[in-house]
Amino acid sequence: MTTFEKSTVTRSAAKVMNRSEMTQRLVAKLRSDEAVIGGIGNNNFDLWASGQRPQNFYMLGSMGLAIPIALGVATAQPNRQVVALEGDGSLLMQLGTLGTVATLAPRNLLMVVWDNGIYQITGSQKTLTSSTVDLVAIARGAGIEQSAWAADEAHFDSLVDRALAGNGPVFIAVHTDNAKPVGVTERDPAKIRQRFMEGLAN
Amino acid sequence: MSVNTTAKTWADIVVQVLKSNEVRLVTYVPDNVLSALIKALHADPYFTVICPAREEEAVGITVGAYMAGMRGITLMQTSGFATLPNALASLVRPYQLPLVMLISERGTMGDFQLGQAIVCRTMRPVLTSLGIEHFAIERLDDVEFVVDRMIKQAFSTQEPAAIILSPLLTKKSNTSQ
Repeated sequence: MTTFEKSTVTRSAAKVMNRSEMTQRLVAKLRSDEAVIGGIGNNNFDLWASGQRPQNFYMLGSMGLAIPIALGVATAQPNRQVVALEGDGSLLMQLGTLGTVATLAPRNLLMVVWDNGIYQITGSQKTLTSSTVDLVAIARGAGIEQSAWAADEAHFDSLVDRALAGNGPVFIAVHTDNAKPVGVTERDPAKIRQRFMEGLAN
Repeated sequence: MSVNTTAKTWADIVVQVLKSNEVRLVTYVPDNVLSALIKALHADPYFTVICPAREEEAVGITVGAYMAGMRGITLMQTSGFATLPNALASLVRPYQLPLVMLISERGTMGDFQLGQAIVCRTMRPVLTSLGIEHFAIERLDDVEFVVDRMIKQAFSTQEPAAIILSPLLTKKSNTSQ
């Protein structure tokens, strides 16, 4: 198995995968009680389409705050595994949070970034990752040693397994295509919050 | 709860009120006015204290922890609050999250920075337009009552609150008796 430290997979060498399929793949690996925070836009649309678990939080605004929210959950409940799903555009707005995560180093936090290099939901304008920015290099530079590009599905699985075993924090970037999400989140924030809190209450 | 305000600073009182309300998480972006409070919070093992890079991050962490059962508060200065309207309007308000903010008021009553003065004037209009409960504490003997009651109101009504620390409290020589 490729370790994080020795992983040399680059964005351009990583297999281009489909966000909806990979979201379903990730959710299928969850046992039951893991919290999942879906960032703004297509990330949480695909999370919604993967099946509505009460432990899922769907972030309909506040672009860039999926990782901070997940960090808050992980801090309050250190025995619960917490997953943040972000997009490249969103993470680019809040890069400092990678340093916050590295400093606190929560073992129960997994961050997955779907990087398609575009602001897909606003008309597919290019993000900075389509030119020079490598989010894994930034995460490593922030101090998150376990940061890697997923080379393919099997590599993604092995990285996720390591994180969900409580060996975080882990940062996984997935090079994704520009296919549309397969669903749309129901936009009822109060209901989402209430259900999420009930899902985290036991 | 009874606090002998003659022997305590506003920061001492805030620490005590946070404890009595089981507010264990503190997120902040620093301000010199808040430094005594921040130092006391770091020194007290009751609190989990996190200093992220931006106020928006601090808000995300605080509300995430709240939804997972841990009460928190976010500390900032006036200019930090000015970075928050989107997070307040698209996360805190619609999701009905009781975010308690403690804001040290800069830019008024003798500030030497024009930028601070101008940004200060945006704070109350923003709070008002977002329908966020807010109050500026000016007197030491109001600290316990106001902080305690605003925290209780926020968590019992599921609404955010902004507790503003006026220079009258933090800069003026502080005995209101």
